Amino acid sequence: MADLNPFAAWRRLLALPNESRTKTLAMAFLVSAACALLVSGATVVLRPIQSANRAAEQQARIEALVAGVPGMSELLAESGGTLSSVIIDLNKARAATEVTPETLEAALADMANWTALAPGEDLAGLGSRPDYAQVFLLRGGEGISLMLLPISGAGYNGRIDAILALRGDMQTIAGLAITGQSETPGLGARIEEPAWLSSFGGVRTMDARGDLRFAVAKGPAASEYEVDGITGATRTSSAMTRMIRFWLGPQGYGPLIEAVRRGEF
Amino acid sequence: MTAPSPLWSTLTDPLIRQNPVTLQILGICSALAVTTQLPTALTMAASLSVVLVLSAGIISLIRRHIPDAIRLIVQIVIVASLVIVIDQLLQAYLFEISQSLSVFVSLITTNCLVLGRTESFARHNPPLPAMIDALGNGLGYSLVLISIGALRELFGAGTLLGYPVLPLAEEGGWFTPLALMMLAPSAFFLLGGLVWAIRSLRPEQAEPLEFPLPKVGEGGE
Repeated sequence: MADLNPFAAWRRLLALPNESRTKTLAMAFLVSAACALLVSGATVVLRPIQSANRAAEQQARIEALVAGVPGMSELLAESGGTLSSVIIDLNKARAATEVTPETLEAALADMANWTALAPGEDLAGLGSRPDYAQVFLLRGGEGISLMLLPISGAGYNGRIDAILALRGDMQTIAGLAITGQSETPGLGARIEEPAWLSSFGGVRTMDARGDLRFAVAKGPAASEYEVDGITGATRTSSAMTRMIRFWLGPQGYGPLIEAVRRGEF
Repeated sequence: MTAPSPLWSTLTDPLIRQNPVTLQILGICSALAVTTQLPTALTMAASLSVVLVLSAGIISLIRRHIPDAIRLIVQIVIVASLVIVIDQLLQAYLFEISQSLSVFVSLITTNCLVLGRTESFARHNPPLPAMIDALGNGLGYSLVLISIGALRELFGAGTLLGYPVLPLAEEGGWFTPLALMMLAPSAFFLLGGLVWAIRSLRPEQAEPLEFPLPKVGEGGE
């Protein structure tokens, strides 16, 4: 009759020769189970602290982005020192009525609030685009003087998240901040360098006819619509071009930008 | 004077005499990558030492029951899990430093130093000596990382731990930072210089030539 006492079974297992097949399999299973517990335990316990860190960092980057735009600190001080935040319904190009910043995360967890993109439209490689986005506005004397738009797209190694700041005319970039990326360190990851990001200030996004002209150049910038490319990071540079064009285009914030320019917002 | 106890020499041997970096040239990839500043070098040194000591302890505890056929996988799995936990801890409590260390903490897994110690020492020794040996090796690695990190930060930016030490020329002082110190090759030069210095002081560390140098006649032809 088999001995069902678990302690005796454990001792029998330990007493097996190391090279036996049973013990090899049992050891492999036990070690991986213990390690899986350790790793998932640490991840679950520490996740709230990590996401708080990331949120604080994003806030700091938004503040640094605003502070980096020339003349913006004074405007900010005049308007009371804070940006107003609005949830935009991207399909209707106006402020969303039923979603607030607090419920945005819950709304985006529902796939009904996403729009699938046809391959031809999907410049940024996103697959589908959220219908709601939280933008930040700074209102000056006559209308909006700065608009911060969160954008994202597929980079070379993974998703790139950024915040694009547009000046009041909605045609001039005021600045760009990268909030998340996993590009190759030393090459694509140079999109995070302040020197490159500062070259976005003053670049125009569209020409007089209203066509999108913005691009990250292959090499040095050749026109007022371009910023310098990053040497050795062609794929990341072109991902940045496509991502910014997508979000400024008809599937992204294009309708919102039009509405702001007509003074309807 | 009494002879030092074996545990004491297990701890102090890897500091200089058997230093894993300068004598065995193990783990130099990270030694080159994270030493541009002292704070990152310190964090990396501490993380590596913790992973090394814990993995040596765990592997030494189960050393009698690791089947030979899968021993490397078992060791790597344990090391990798510890590294992930340390990485998560850094991201939670030392967020800024973890951003500047980026991938190098995860790469502790592949640091030859860790597997080298668990495979060659922890697998054959009881937990206490294994952990002391790991601590000694961790400290030896830390010593090299911290000296190179301090030199690079001092001469590359004129600071130590972020505090200005050498007055910078652009702020009215006399010191012009050496941009080379911020680039990876300078770590090679410094490490090479360190190995050279130690082997000149302790000639027994120098390795014999693998091939005799070819004889060249005087005056060419």
